[in-house]
Amino acid sequence: MSDQKNPYGPGTTGHVWDENLAEATNPPPKWWMIGLHASWILVLLYTLVYPSWPWFGGAFKGVMGWTSIGEYKQDLAAINEVRGKYENQLPGKSAAAILADSELNEYVQRSAKVLFGENCAACHGSGGAGNPGFPVLADDEWLYGGEIDKITQSITAGRQGMMPARGGASLTEAEVDELARAVAATDPTSSPLFTGKGTCFACHGQDGKGTPAMGAPDLTDRIWRFGNGSFEEVKYTILHGVNDSNDANSRNAEMPSWQQRLSETEIKKLAVYVHQFGGGR
Amino acid sequence: MSEKLAEQSVRIEDLYDDLDKWHVNTGGETIHAKRMPGRFRQLKWLTASTWLLFFLGPYLRYDGRQAILFDIPDRKFYIFDITIMPQDIWMLSLTLLFFAILLAVITSVAGRVFCGYFCFQTVWTDVYTWIEEKLEGAPHKRRKIDSAPMSFEKLKLKVPKHAAWLAIAMLTGVSFAAWFTDAYELWEAYVTLSASKAAWIVLALFTGGTYLFAGFMREQVCFWLCPYARIQGVMYDTETILPAYDRHRGEPRGKLRKGNTVEGQGDCIDCNQCVAVCPTGVDIREGQHEGCITCALCIDACDAVMEKINKPKGLIRYASWDELEGKPVPKLLKRPRVLVYLAIITAAAIGIVYGVTHLGTFGLSVVHERSPLFVLQSDGSIQNKYDLKILNKSDVDHPVRLTARGPEGLALRTPAQPLTAKSGRVSSFTIFVRVPRRQLDAEMQPLIFEIQSVDDDGANAEYESMFVGPRQ
Repeated sequence: MSDQKNPYGPGTTGHVWDENLAEATNPPPKWWMIGLHASWILVLLYTLVYPSWPWFGGAFKGVMGWTSIGEYKQDLAAINEVRGKYENQLPGKSAAAILADSELNEYVQRSAKVLFGENCAACHGSGGAGNPGFPVLADDEWLYGGEIDKITQSITAGRQGMMPARGGASLTEAEVDELARAVAATDPTSSPLFTGKGTCFACHGQDGKGTPAMGAPDLTDRIWRFGNGSFEEVKYTILHGVNDSNDANSRNAEMPSWQQRLSETEIKKLAVYVHQFGGGR
Repeated sequence: MSEKLAEQSVRIEDLYDDLDKWHVNTGGETIHAKRMPGRFRQLKWLTASTWLLFFLGPYLRYDGRQAILFDIPDRKFYIFDITIMPQDIWMLSLTLLFFAILLAVITSVAGRVFCGYFCFQTVWTDVYTWIEEKLEGAPHKRRKIDSAPMSFEKLKLKVPKHAAWLAIAMLTGVSFAAWFTDAYELWEAYVTLSASKAAWIVLALFTGGTYLFAGFMREQVCFWLCPYARIQGVMYDTETILPAYDRHRGEPRGKLRKGNTVEGQGDCIDCNQCVAVCPTGVDIREGQHEGCITCALCIDACDAVMEKINKPKGLIRYASWDELEGKPVPKLLKRPRVLVYLAIITAAAIGIVYGVTHLGTFGLSVVHERSPLFVLQSDGSIQNKYDLKILNKSDVDHPVRLTARGPEGLALRTPAQPLTAKSGRVSSFTIFVRVPRRQLDAEMQPLIFEIQSVDDDGANAEYESMFVGPRQ
């Protein structure tokens, strides 16, 4: 191999390895140098525009005054401007009027999801699917009525029903068994105890179809407030009652009042949202 | 070692020899190609003129609006009386596939036809150098001016050229932007300096890009920037016809002495005209080169010379490797590669035609509520909730009637029918379906939603969803 075949010209660093291997002193390519200088100029400009260098009293703030919280607030304002068109109409309208307005209803369906998730879903499940011990909101059975005003009232003031243990402590174990069998068969009136000694009818009605004004459920349908409607579950409810302070094992059922925590508009939105789960009347 | 292998093996010395001759222009020298008339030159102007569509297209009107408009903010593409919405974007994929394979089939048959005749880089560079030649003169004059020190005379030549270049660059930018917004309003906005930020950015990018690429980088773009140059290069095979130098006829080359042929000399008279006219600075006589955009201008140059020296034309001509080496050339439609490409193109074209003719009025989609999947009702029936979305692609509102087919005894609960599908947007409705529990013999059963316009019998759509019940 000839020494004359160096394609890079004669300039080398002077070091020679393995007899003829030399390091050429070619300058970096022009495009590479342009890239290098463009890079540091860009870094400099960036750090001038945005907060960067350590500086007296904190850090250099940048010539544009950009802050991340400022950008957040700007974005939030942009979102609120879009929402404002609908939000501004809500305070002046009743929940029923919002429900009837298809556009507002649609807006509430889209926007109240977060509200429901934060405040309601812990007990009632997402989408109102319910949880053991907490009522399903998506079905058509309502303890206190499924009309939009009733739902609004339930959220605003809360609900707490009461069912005394053993029909007011009067029933024997055997009588509780008999009553529980009749109720579990969704035919409560088949037991004379229902309208007799048990005094169930006082709240659940002569026909066992419940009294929404008192929050007493319909016992003739397939929806159960506690458990799955099996004999054992029904028996437990009759034995210990609901919210009966005299019985330590009583079923607990309390819907807290939300008017301290949520604004009136938020409650209206929730009522419309819940109403649209599928069971609202 | 067999003779053939020995011939193919590469000696280290050869690599060094190659390196010695290896000449790559990385932008250090400006190529001033000679412009010669000829049939490929004419063809090139003809193909380049297809780009007039790019400049004039946006001013076409149809039915009171721009005939072809890609409205990005509203997500609607208007092409004459067709309106394409994002839901039909699969046709875009087919269109891209169509053109990608079209590029492949043409490249495998006739080389970089796109590069040489249609590519914006080639066309704009061609126009820029044409202006350069008109203002500054032939290549040797231009080289002289370039190397001369700055003077008033030089400025007098350079300023009009750059002004003309920038004007074309800006017109390119405006024309591009005009496809995406109303062209006439856009001009007004630019002229009154009231255009949107996006419009100014597009104009700046295209003006800067065109000026830089066509004015200064030119063949460097094809050499180092463009991926298609590489992709197309590898799609050649020995059957691809390309502008090629017939070395069997041309070699050994040698200068013509006193107009007489020298005994034993090939037809190439080493006049270098083929190199002088090459816009990328390639010597076609060295064989296939990555820088060759197959523009065939060297064919024009060589033919003109051959005519002068009374030799047959076609020393440089469109020919395949096989043809030049005297091998049999298979028929076009007997090449598997061409057939496969044609099959793909045909499939894509059929898809596009089907898509455009079957756009439909409605797009219907139904989302089943997942939480909860189903709800037990007081009468023992099972209720499912659905979010129904009707996209109305037409420009009038449609009242539509919704029906559902599925498990026996199903009851549909909808907002007041007919539902209104608003024009040009998605209208969504919450739908409930109830089925008596005894009718449910499987956990999941198909449920088909159908919408039918009350006004237009031809406007309908259906969507298959599921009805979910308790585990059996």
